[in-house]
Amino acid sequence: MSDTSATQDKSAPAPPSEAEIASLLDSLGVSPDSNLIGVLQDVQDQFGYLPPAALGELSRRTRIPLSRIWGVVSFYAQFYTEPRGRHTIRCCRGTACHVKGAGRVLDAVQRELDIQDGEMTEDLMFQLETVACLGTCFLAPAMMIDNQYFGELTPRRVQSILRSFRAEHA
Amino acid sequence: MADDVTLTIDDREVSVPPGTTIFNAARRLGIDIPHLCYDPALGLAPTSSCRLCLVEVEGSGNPVPSCSHPVAPGMIVQTNTPHLRETRRLIIELLLSDHPHDCLTCEKAGACDLQKYAYACGVKESRFASEQVAVAPVQDGPAIVYDRSKCILCGRCVQVCHEVQASRAIDFLGRGFDTCISLPPGQTRDESACAECGNCIDVCPTGALTYAGAEGGGRAWEFEQVRTICPYCGCGCTLVLNIHDGRIVHITGEPGLGVSKGLLCVKGRFGTDFVGHEQRLTEPLIRTGGELVPATWDEALGLVAERLTRIRDTHGPDSIAGLSSAKTTNEENYLMQKFMRAVVGTNNVDHCARLCHASTVVGLARAFGSGAMTNSMDEFELADAIFVIGSNTTECHPIIGAAIKRAVLSGKTTLIVADPRAIELTEFAAVHMQQKGGTDVALANAMMHVILAEGLQDNSFLAERTEGFEDLARAVEPYTPEMAAKITGVPAALIAESACIYAKAEAASIIFSMGITQHTTGTDNVLSLANLAMLTGNIGRPGTGVNPLRGQNNVQGACDLGALPNVYPGYQKVDDEASRQKFQKAWGAKLSPNVGLTVVEMIDAAADGRLKALYVVGENPMLSDPDLNHVEEALKNLDLLVVQDIFLSETAQLADVVLPAASFAEKDGTFTNTERRVQRVRKALDAPGQALPDWQILCDLASRMGYEMHYDHPSAIQDEIASVTPSYGGITYDRLQEGGLQWPCPDREHPGTPYLHKGKFARGLGKFHAVEFIPPREPPDDEYPFVLSTGRVLQHFHTGTMSRRSDVLDTLVSVGTIEIHPDDAARLGIADSETVRVASRRGQIELPARVTERVAPGTLFLAFHYREAPANRLTIAALDPIAKIPELKVCAVRIEPRPAAKS
Ligand code: SF4
Ligand code: SF4
Ligand code: SF4
Ligand code: FES
Ligand code: FES
Repeated sequence: MSDTSATQDKSAPAPPSEAEIASLLDSLGVSPDSNLIGVLQDVQDQFGYLPPAALGELSRRTRIPLSRIWGVVSFYAQFYTEPRGRHTIRCCRGTACHVKGAGRVLDAVQRELDIQDGEMTEDLMFQLETVACLGTCFLAPAMMIDNQYFGELTPRRVQSILRSFRAEHA
Repeated sequence: MADDVTLTIDDREVSVPPGTTIFNAARRLGIDIPHLCYDPALGLAPTSSCRLCLVEVEGSGNPVPSCSHPVAPGMIVQTNTPHLRETRRLIIELLLSDHPHDCLTCEKAGACDLQKYAYACGVKESRFASEQVAVAPVQDGPAIVYDRSKCILCGRCVQVCHEVQASRAIDFLGRGFDTCISLPPGQTRDESACAECGNCIDVCPTGALTYAGAEGGGRAWEFEQVRTICPYCGCGCTLVLNIHDGRIVHITGEPGLGVSKGLLCVKGRFGTDFVGHEQRLTEPLIRTGGELVPATWDEALGLVAERLTRIRDTHGPDSIAGLSSAKTTNEENYLMQKFMRAVVGTNNVDHCARLCHASTVVGLARAFGSGAMTNSMDEFELADAIFVIGSNTTECHPIIGAAIKRAVLSGKTTLIVADPRAIELTEFAAVHMQQKGGTDVALANAMMHVILAEGLQDNSFLAERTEGFEDLARAVEPYTPEMAAKITGVPAALIAESACIYAKAEAASIIFSMGITQHTTGTDNVLSLANLAMLTGNIGRPGTGVNPLRGQNNVQGACDLGALPNVYPGYQKVDDEASRQKFQKAWGAKLSPNVGLTVVEMIDAAADGRLKALYVVGENPMLSDPDLNHVEEALKNLDLLVVQDIFLSETAQLADVVLPAASFAEKDGTFTNTERRVQRVRKALDAPGQALPDWQILCDLASRMGYEMHYDHPSAIQDEIASVTPSYGGITYDRLQEGGLQWPCPDREHPGTPYLHKGKFARGLGKFHAVEFIPPREPPDDEYPFVLSTGRVLQHFHTGTMSRRSDVLDTLVSVGTIEIHPDDAARLGIADSETVRVASRRGQIELPARVTERVAPGTLFLAFHYREAPANRLTIAALDPIAKIPELKVCAVRIEPRPAAKS
């Protein structure tokens, strides 16, 4: 089991090197015939985000102008151009959850992971976001990690969920 | 052709070809349907995003966007119903909902489409008034300002950047309310693909994109607009000068206007502020006691006339030489050579074409019978293959560069590039052959070897149109791709592939420039390319040809009008008795039958004392010519050096008399662009101080030397030109009002000639020349291990006399750098931006290094624009034996970190 501060001491992880980018794009066989969105998804899966240097290299190999690649990347909410945690925690701050103590839940997450809303953990494991309503008000207070819902949360349950999630995905 | 479609628009009938849009059909009737996202003059596919152009079509439910909706037979269209007016009003209100109501101080007021339509729709304020976009305008780089708050996201700028300029630098960024137009985030304009051409500014319908330098300079209704021709490169774009208070505030292109159809490059658009520069020469100067001191015209011209006369009488006319100028007008070049020939009595007249395309003129004349670009600029987009060799087109001829890129992007054209450097065009090329400098003949011969081996030659063309094929076939026989690979460094497979692409194309065009010509084998190189074109029948048809791109705005005209030591205007030879008689009669003077000196020969003659006087019009040999130390000694050795220029150039600083000339914007005349198009230059401003147009100065001087020379206006000079120059015979000013004429244009009725050698070569049959590879004169060795190549950059021009006095251009690139490959740099311990010392057998310079993979290992590249780091201190004056062009593209140098920087 790893500790939140165990893996790295700098807050922003080093972006992938030219060689790492090149070898990924090699393995994806990127060419002018590649499907841009597909390749962008693959690159994001690999690095957790789309490093700008990778977009430059992608432009060179696909011969799609860099301006257009950025246009596409910035149009779709699914793409990120800054490093972020691999797993996204969405804490609900909707009315139903708020009434049932969402504030304490969020506090617990922030304390446990030592990050604020919009930040990622230093080991890049988690990204924290808050949302208006997860649509599962019957579970209030609720949060999601990636596609998984967690409801009727207490600070203590939050702590154990996060620790076991981390253990499973380490 | 399919029948025209007849329809009714606003109760009037109109017939148009099928496929026409309703919008364009309406225009035929003089109905201008409101539009924002569509720019009819650009002729690009409509994006139909603004919906302002909606019209009602009877029988179809909802209104349709007329900019994209095609006509149909019997269609009944209404463009201006109450419902449509309300819809338009709504659209404008929506656009204004987050738009600052800033028209009082907006630069675009008066020329803004949004303002125009708001007024037309009577929109005073928006019902939807919401938060305005609160983003401050951004100026990135010296010229272009983007104000997001005024951007209506119509996308015209993106379209022009991607589809016309083909730089593809900007795009929409983000989504929803935050959408804006942007370069790739994280890149400055300088680092991005943006060429700073400013074409996006021209097409922007609002004040969202503007030119920083025009801020506060005036608004649409205050400008006087003058259409003239760009003073920079040989493309010959039409510039619209917007003048206010006696100053050029900004330059615009007008969509559809001129050879570039309104597209301009950074130099033409932003680079003409040199006209109003404080260092312009405003009075004649005479050297007195070592100093150049102001004098009157009378004193200065009196002195020049007297001393030239004395030198001629004592040492003979051939002790005097003149350098004419590829920057001045046709009329002025004509007068300059007439002055030298008829007044002084010598054929010693030449100009800087010697340094760029002398080998083209000689080579193409030998092969085809005419030394000019064979085809037209707008034919490149008709070619199935384009072979670019030795031309960094996107930087040196930006408008043609854009046309090549468009051709490739359209999917029609396959591009082959042969260049020792990786240039922008290589990113668009199917094949890039990175040959070693000076090995072009071997490359071309090997391509022809492949073509013959594969049987791809055009046999009927060979039989009917050419001679000397057997000699060629024998000569290229040994040049297998493998053998050429050893000489050129280009893999054999790439040579073979290129040969096949070129030979198999239905129409293939060759484009070349100084990478081919500036060699001791320059003429051979040109002959090789002519061979290649004839072998495959790629000449005399649209989209084909051998196309030298001429550097200066009027270098073609200067050659055409006889600013060359061996020919009169129209390439009529001085040593041909009949021609000489003809001109003696026309000019009423006795003419010399001896061919005169070329540029480099003049310098040599000055150095050894044979030449006593040199009259220089608008040229700057002190930066442009090879081996500058030698040039300087030679010029100092003259008895009389007269320089006529707009600035005190490096050459003028050595002069005995300096005469202040008018710039392109201050006189009338014509320029001939690279595709032989004669175009009208129009006076827009008065010259500063006492400066005068070159033609007036020459007339005055000739008259003082006893030869009556008088014209009321340059048009009268053109009429005289037409009377003695067959290819210009039909060219008069009244025919040049709308667009230009391409020579040959022999008579008043002739429409001009877009491409040469149709059906028959100028010399009858096209002649093959067997050409062998000869290595460059100065190969690298242990002492000087690098090959230095010189050239240009997009933002500057020639010796920088003009471009380096332009704020925008000099800010963009203010220091010259020498390009070196990362491997070499690492080995020598040279870091990017660090000052290095570069030395050849002739001299040395110091300047910062630029570490880049654009150059191949073992080679260096340096632009020659910079007086503080003159490339030509290093270059060699080795000449092509036929064309006398110096080998500016290859010399041996060594490079090392500056000694002081080491410690
Ligand atoms: S200046 Fe030219 S290249 Fe740059 S964004 Fe505008 S249109 Fe594109
Ligand atoms: S900057 Fe101008 S041309 Fe470009 S999208 Fe905005 S309004 Fe249209
Ligand atoms: S420099 Fe050349 S390409 Fe640029 S605007 Fe002038 S003529 Fe056109
Ligand atoms: S308010 Fe939290 S899930 Fe709806
Ligand atoms: S002009 Fe037709 S939709 Fe904008």
